[in-house]
Amino acid sequence: MALPPPDPQFVLRGTGAAVHTLHFSCGGPEPDIPLLFSGSENGFIHVWNLKTHRVDSVLDGHGRKSVYCVETMGGKDRLLSQGRDQRICLWDLAEGRTSVTDSVFTEHVGFCRCSLLKVAQGRWLMAMAARSLEEVQILELPSKTSVCTLKPEVGAKLGMPMCLKLWQLNCGSQPVLLAGYEDGSVVLWNVSMGKVLSQLVCHQEPVMSLDFDSEKAKGISGSSEKVLSIWSLNEQQNLQVYKTHELVNAGISDITIRPDKKILATAGWDHRIRIFGWKKLKPLAVLDYHTATAHCVSFSDHSNPRERLLAAGSKDQRISVWSIYAQT
Amino acid sequence: VCFIPGGLDCSISFVSHVLGKVCVHGRQKEILGVLVPRLTDLTKSDCIWQRICWRLMECVPDRWMEAVVLGFVQRAPGADVLSRLLGNLVVKNKKAQFVVTQKILLLQYGHTTAVLQNLLGYLSLDSLRRSLLLRVLQELLETWSSSSAVKHSPAEQQLYISKAILICLSHLKEPEIETCRQELLKSMMEGMKCHLDSSLPQLRRLGMVVAESISLKINTEGPVLKFEYEEDDETRELKSLLVQTPSFRVIPSLPDDDRSEKAGAALPLVPESNEKSHTAAPVMPDEESDAELDSDDDLIPYDMSEDKELKIKAPVYIRDCIEVLTGSRSEDVDKWEATVKALESLVRKNPAATREVSVELAKILLHLEGKTCIEGFVELRQRAQVAVLTTDPIPVAKYLTSQFYSLNYSLRQRMDILDVLVLAAQELSCPKFHGKTKHSGAQKPCIELLGSDSSKDWRRIVDERIKSKTRRFDMGQSRVELASCPNKFNSVAGYFFFPLIQHFDRPLTTFDLLGEDHLVLGRLVHTLAILMYLAVNTVAVTAMGKALLEFVWALRFHTDSYVRQGLLSCISSLLLSVPTEQILADMTEELLETQSWLGDVMEKDPDGDCRRLALQNLLLMENLKKKLEAVPS
Repeated sequence: MALPPPDPQFVLRGTGAAVHTLHFSCGGPEPDIPLLFSGSENGFIHVWNLKTHRVDSVLDGHGRKSVYCVETMGGKDRLLSQGRDQRICLWDLAEGRTSVTDSVFTEHVGFCRCSLLKVAQGRWLMAMAARSLEEVQILELPSKTSVCTLKPEVGAKLGMPMCLKLWQLNCGSQPVLLAGYEDGSVVLWNVSMGKVLSQLVCHQEPVMSLDFDSEKAKGISGSSEKVLSIWSLNEQQNLQVYKTHELVNAGISDITIRPDKKILATAGWDHRIRIFGWKKLKPLAVLDYHTATAHCVSFSDHSNPRERLLAAGSKDQRISVWSIYAQT
Repeated sequence: VCFIPGGLDCSISFVSHVLGKVCVHGRQKEILGVLVPRLTDLTKSDCIWQRICWRLMECVPDRWMEAVVLGFVQRAPGADVLSRLLGNLVVKNKKAQFVVTQKILLLQYGHTTAVLQNLLGYLSLDSLRRSLLLRVLQELLETWSSSSAVKHSPAEQQLYISKAILICLSHLKEPEIETCRQELLKSMMEGMKCHLDSSLPQLRRLGMVVAESISLKINTEGPVLKFEYEEDDETRELKSLLVQTPSFRVIPSLPDDDRSEKAGAALPLVPESNEKSHTAAPVMPDEESDAELDSDDDLIPYDMSEDKELKIKAPVYIRDCIEVLTGSRSEDVDKWEATVKALESLVRKNPAATREVSVELAKILLHLEGKTCIEGFVELRQRAQVAVLTTDPIPVAKYLTSQFYSLNYSLRQRMDILDVLVLAAQELSCPKFHGKTKHSGAQKPCIELLGSDSSKDWRRIVDERIKSKTRRFDMGQSRVELASCPNKFNSVAGYFFFPLIQHFDRPLTTFDLLGEDHLVLGRLVHTLAILMYLAVNTVAVTAMGKALLEFVWALRFHTDSYVRQGLLSCISSLLLSVPTEQILADMTEELLETQSWLGDVMEKDPDGDCRRLALQNLLLMENLKKKLEAVPS
């Protein structure tokens, strides 16, 4: 007899607008407070204290335009946020400051979240959608120098890039980019040479979100239709479809694989969060708490596995935080 | 008949005289049945015989020329044979020219398509005669584009002329089209306008097909006129006339076509196989997953039985529905769709609640427009309107009929009002038929009103009823007795009927029934006919009958044949619904006048349907008289 799905451990209210992006920062040693960063449609970034479940500070840097991506850069003192004001802001949050140290004007009017990859101490690569319709630009941060521009060939008709993931196999190897496009295909780019390594048509509709497990060379993508597509990367750097999974209701906004690669979570347009086992995509749980589209889902980076959390942000302005499968 | 060939100078004018006399006396079939095949064979390769034949034709006296030429045109197996037999008769002989270019094409219309093909093909085959072909085309187009011809000539004649135009077009060559391109364009525009103005769908379609064909011919490059209409046998036949298949095309060309088709089919396959290198390879073998030890087994799934498809709930209360439909929040599109789909059943299940807000709901539905692309939106809206009207007939009928004559409604909305009134009247008067289409044993079929060609269905139904009535004296009661229940239409029939009839002669700035909007007038008249028909056994039926008779009398000379058909249907409904005693008591004089009008219509009306309806009405009147005489007084 299966247990009913758990309730959220707690719910964070008070953003005042739909929540579009979430990012945990809980890895620091004691006495650091575990934090959760959330970006909302009203342009504010809320810094939630996970001990008191209250907002510690509010960051206003995108001119009241929706914030759809937040990421930390090596710790909770440096934050990167991306908003619909076509800017990416770098924040300095150390010692209680809340100032924007730098910003990049992307000229991108879509919703494609940027992707960060740490390549060396103090150096990151960032992939972002650029002004031109089909292009992805790679910048080095914090210098903001352009590494390359990834342009699909003429007539490829991929459409806008919808989601990006920069990764490298291990510290010394070449960074590669996985990009999901509007026409439903996922493309693997070689960043240094700026060339396409492989292209795979995964969906009939735009790819809404993707995530990739570099250890197993397997990735998963979701789109506005009812199908989740799992694909793998073989030795020749070719993408192949591994499996597909059909959902009950159409539409996925976000997919995240937990850092220990055991489970993954999807945020759906049908207001539900679904948990699957990553190995064989076995459906594990359906978390039905929110009353509107779930926009984002994120796993925490707690060093103690038992404290691990899952957070989901939704259009109903609430952030639900769950503790699920933390024991394994 | 055989001739002595070679060298002898014989006069065959005697033979021509005989031929002419025989033909004019009506014996074309017998003599030409023998003569034409013989001459066809003889003239096939022999020039002398051809010249003899031509001489034969030329010598026929003028007073018999028409019969002979007509006979030949009808009997020749093809245009080329006709050309061999007649030669340039039409050029040399004035009477023959008149017959061929004027009489057969413009003054008669009973000939078959084959005759037209023969005749026009004959004109096209010789350069001397081609100028006649062009002249013929011009005159045909003049007739086709004349608005009075479209309004007053019978449909069969218009079909005949359209066919002739299409065949002429098929024979025209490029240089000729060049010279008369402007005139063709001008005629096409004028003719298109007259045809589209007509209320009869068949004439509109004829106009569309011919206009499309003309446009195809004159615009060799660039966009071509294309109408949307339902294809049927007639349009397909007409379009096939545009393409001339010369009788000497060599069959071996067909294999070439096949080959090029296959080549075309092979090409798409090639790029597909290229695609495959990009797209999915087969699924990874399942052995791998079996081999791995399942650490996933640690993860016990939770209960997921609640995970079902997400359904947007429609509101449960009528007032909530009103809120959703009038609300302007664009986010609630899903809710709006669900409301529209659920509205009809909600209205029917909650009659009391509906009655409180019936007029408001009717107003909302009348103005409701498809916000999103729901399937069958028009039908859903109409069913909801009918449900509201049947739940609270009197106030809603008052509202709808008053809106019919108000400013600022589109023609489509006014016609929607009429449709809803009829559907609701039908439901109120025969409640058993709500939702069911067949009723075993009964003679009353269901009226389908969800289409613009509904007039045909109504007439069919009234016709069937007339037939059943006229045979009743012979066959007796053959109907199954239905369970009886009170006639809900009884108390409200007047509210449906009289307001519609009241203001028809008062034009508004945007709506003039007696003027431009004769299509709506036609629909109104048909609606009144149905309401009259459904009002049988109601208390108001006699008053309705009298009012209807006056209405018909006022409009009886209307130029639009669709309106006249409606008026005649009104008379039928009247005769069927008003009890005989009442008819004879109150309406004798009017009926006598109507009878003489009907006789006129039956003989002289150009529209075939009108004539048939008038005849049926006269038969009904005869039956009434007989019925009275049969009753012992």
